[in-house]
Amino acid sequence: MGGHLLEIKDLKGYYRGIFGVVRAVDGVSLTVDDGEVVGLAGESGCGKSTLAQLCSGSPNPLLHYESGQILVDGSDVYKTDPEVFRTEFKCKRMSYVPQASMDSLNPVRRIRDFVRDVVRERTGKKPSKVEVLTMAGDHFQKLGLERRVLDRYPHELSGGMKQRVVIGISTLWNPKLLVIDEPTSALDVTTQRLVIISLVSLKKAGIISSMLFVSHDITVLGQLCDRCAVMYGGKIVEVGSMNNILDNALHPYTSALISSVVSYDPERMGKGGLKSIPGSPPDLRDPPPGCRYHPRCEKAMEICRAREPPLGTIENARHVACWLYDG
Amino acid sequence: MMDEQMETLLHCDNLTKIYTSGLIRTKSVAAVKNVTFDVRKGEIVTLAGESGSGKTTVAKMILRLIEPTSGHIIFKGQDAFSYDRQEYYRMIQAIVQDPYSAYNPFYKVDRILEEAFGLYKNGPSPEERKEVIYSTLTRIGINPDEILGRYPHQLSGGQLQRLLIARPLMINSELVVADEATSMLDASTRAGILNLLLSLKEDQEMSVLFITHDIAQAQYISDSVLIMQQGEVVEQGPAEKVFSNPTCSYTKDLFACVPQLHKKWEC
Repeated sequence: MGGHLLEIKDLKGYYRGIFGVVRAVDGVSLTVDDGEVVGLAGESGCGKSTLAQLCSGSPNPLLHYESGQILVDGSDVYKTDPEVFRTEFKCKRMSYVPQASMDSLNPVRRIRDFVRDVVRERTGKKPSKVEVLTMAGDHFQKLGLERRVLDRYPHELSGGMKQRVVIGISTLWNPKLLVIDEPTSALDVTTQRLVIISLVSLKKAGIISSMLFVSHDITVLGQLCDRCAVMYGGKIVEVGSMNNILDNALHPYTSALISSVVSYDPERMGKGGLKSIPGSPPDLRDPPPGCRYHPRCEKAMEICRAREPPLGTIENARHVACWLYDG
Repeated sequence: MMDEQMETLLHCDNLTKIYTSGLIRTKSVAAVKNVTFDVRKGEIVTLAGESGSGKTTVAKMILRLIEPTSGHIIFKGQDAFSYDRQEYYRMIQAIVQDPYSAYNPFYKVDRILEEAFGLYKNGPSPEERKEVIYSTLTRIGINPDEILGRYPHQLSGGQLQRLLIARPLMINSELVVADEATSMLDASTRAGILNLLLSLKEDQEMSVLFITHDIAQAQYISDSVLIMQQGEVVEQGPAEKVFSNPTCSYTKDLFACVPQLHKKWEC
């Protein structure tokens, strides 16, 4: 445990275009410690993926880094020289696996040739075929993939295998931190489990030491995360240990989110009991004043409409942004 | 409630679909093999399985989009393919996976609701139609004045999906085939749609054939369930029995892969 591996301080990232300014990430602070798996949960449109993209250092053209700091292993992502960042940082100290990245494999090249391209891009010299086969082959085996996968084309692989290939390629240089966005959302339950198990085994083998795992599915987060942050309307509303979040949610949004999750339980009998959250997430071009959740909140008070709650500390490593817990 | 006396609405008897490809050297794939099941009135039957297990092929055959290679679909005592098309689709309606692409972006959402009345030979008068639309939308928890006259892009996914559910209600369809109807929605809106389907079953005696890959949703909603693997039904029975006490080894493996909220895997 060597302090914070990823430290996000008051980060702001806005989308700017003809549609106006969307405050998708608006003042987020979060840390990921060495050896920790942190989950990021929330509905769609709450800024989870935007936050992950900002961490990658190369956001989409419309997404602009506004202010704040992202420190990876002590160095600021947006203050590092872009060329140094590309060759020294990416894939080597941190890796970002975007959403739907399994469709980004080159369809007309074998996996091994694709790996060669990536290696050349990152190191500046093109490795020989034998080098790639041994290096990537060894690495893929740790993920539970066969060496033969390297000789295949992407269309010959199943969705779960493609996802693991992408994870394998992005962890070739043993990055300390892996930021991974919805890796299992397009997969079946059986392949989803394989992908999660290979991520856990990557961490056990010491290839990666920490992970920021973005998912809308809180039951998946519960399987591998140590801590969890819940986002709503571009802000973090609650941070706590995974078990605390699941069993004893403090923020009204977190508890509403958890009670709306359909989960499988072999012992359950009968039906009903799920609650949906009325309304929809706020338009982040014009977020409501005060707490962004107050129009949908059952426990909204006068102060919620007027002033924004700060992310207060309840107890050790447990933070919540809600006026219910103020003082 | 689950008596044998409940009226059987749909009976599928040994449904098989074999796709063949190629002209001289033909290759065939059996997408669905000998599937037999009943849907009774006011019952929610779930087809669950991984992708490629043939769930959607069964739905397509019931919706008469493809013809079965062998086997019969009996709807209300008569072969499904013997009905007049218009009459058949008034009784059976589908809810599709992606509510965002089910609408024509150039037309107001009223139009997709109005179109449902086209399935009547002699439809109700415009005033009656308006009344039916208003009462149905109120029934499913939508404020008609907020929705009507809007374009699809102005509405949320949950609202669009609710409007698709309104269509079968307006024309009193007896069976709704919901193919992955909730998989594109957020958890918070998904619960609302599932609860809506459950309440329609209770109040309106609507039957639903619910198709999903999500075991958790299947457990939440269904009265009886069929687990499919590679075109074959490996386990079928009342939901309580199958989910709490699966007998087939494939079903057991499948259920073991489903993440549970308060229990961690050992890995």
